[in-house]
Amino acid sequence: MELFTIIFYVFALMTLVSASVVVFSKNIVRSAFSLLFTFFGVAGLYVLLMADFLAITQLMIYVGGILVLVIFGVMLTSRQINVDAKTGTIQTLPAVLIAAAIAGSLVGMFWSTDWMHSGSLPDTVSSGKNIGDLLLTSYVLPFEVASVVLLVALIGAAMIARREKKA
Amino acid sequence: MSEFINTIGNFLRHPGLTHFLIISALLFSMGIFAILTRRNAVMVLMGIELVLNAANINFIAFSRYTKGTFDGQVVAIFVIILAAAEVAIALAIVLNIYQNFNTVNVDDINQLKD
Repeated sequence: MELFTIIFYVFALMTLVSASVVVFSKNIVRSAFSLLFTFFGVAGLYVLLMADFLAITQLMIYVGGILVLVIFGVMLTSRQINVDAKTGTIQTLPAVLIAAAIAGSLVGMFWSTDWMHSGSLPDTVSSGKNIGDLLLTSYVLPFEVASVVLLVALIGAAMIARREKKA
Repeated sequence: MSEFINTIGNFLRHPGLTHFLIISALLFSMGIFAILTRRNAVMVLMGIELVLNAANINFIAFSRYTKGTFDGQVVAIFVIILAAAEVAIALAIVLNIYQNFNTVNVDDINQLKD
């Protein structure tokens, strides 16, 4: 077996197993921590797909930012330590059916489609430089809009979270 | 039958575009399952993160294997930016809901004002 194949299966297994722990675990703290391994596995898959810049971004933003925020959310909203950290599930059977139907149809579609191959990335090319070029040429408008969106979102989040209760 | 097993074995030995797409499909449906079944609002957020990650894997895999340009990776960056903004806003809302209703169970929250 090639090295690529082995590493692919390691990261794929890591992603899927920890994602299923996220989804099926009753303990929300355990879910939050296995979300960490899901993000790591996805970052590994990005590296295999020649997206090294995206992999680092994934680690910085998802693991360093979003996951910390989610864990803060868990800590701030569960009533006591170890008392109400469990979360129930509802409508499990219909949800299983819907999720299985979505998974089955997507996998079937991906399996049976003959994707066009108009080219593939060369093996040695720096993704950072090319992404930077694209962001400042073809995608400069979405780039600026995204920065405004981030600013608005951060101000809005601070406003919403800090709002005092009217007595 | 043995031909089928051969096809499967050959498929498993050579990871390509389809493998990444299948992983993203499984990740996506697990995220949908979490969104549908969990009652804790923070868990619903985690499901949304799984779905966004699945979409990102698709973008990057197509960018790598079928197009050969970096456009998919740029779109994935925008997805990550929007995910960060979304989770910040959503957690602010969840904290506010917790202050007002003293619960984050999405079934119990059926009023916009208290």
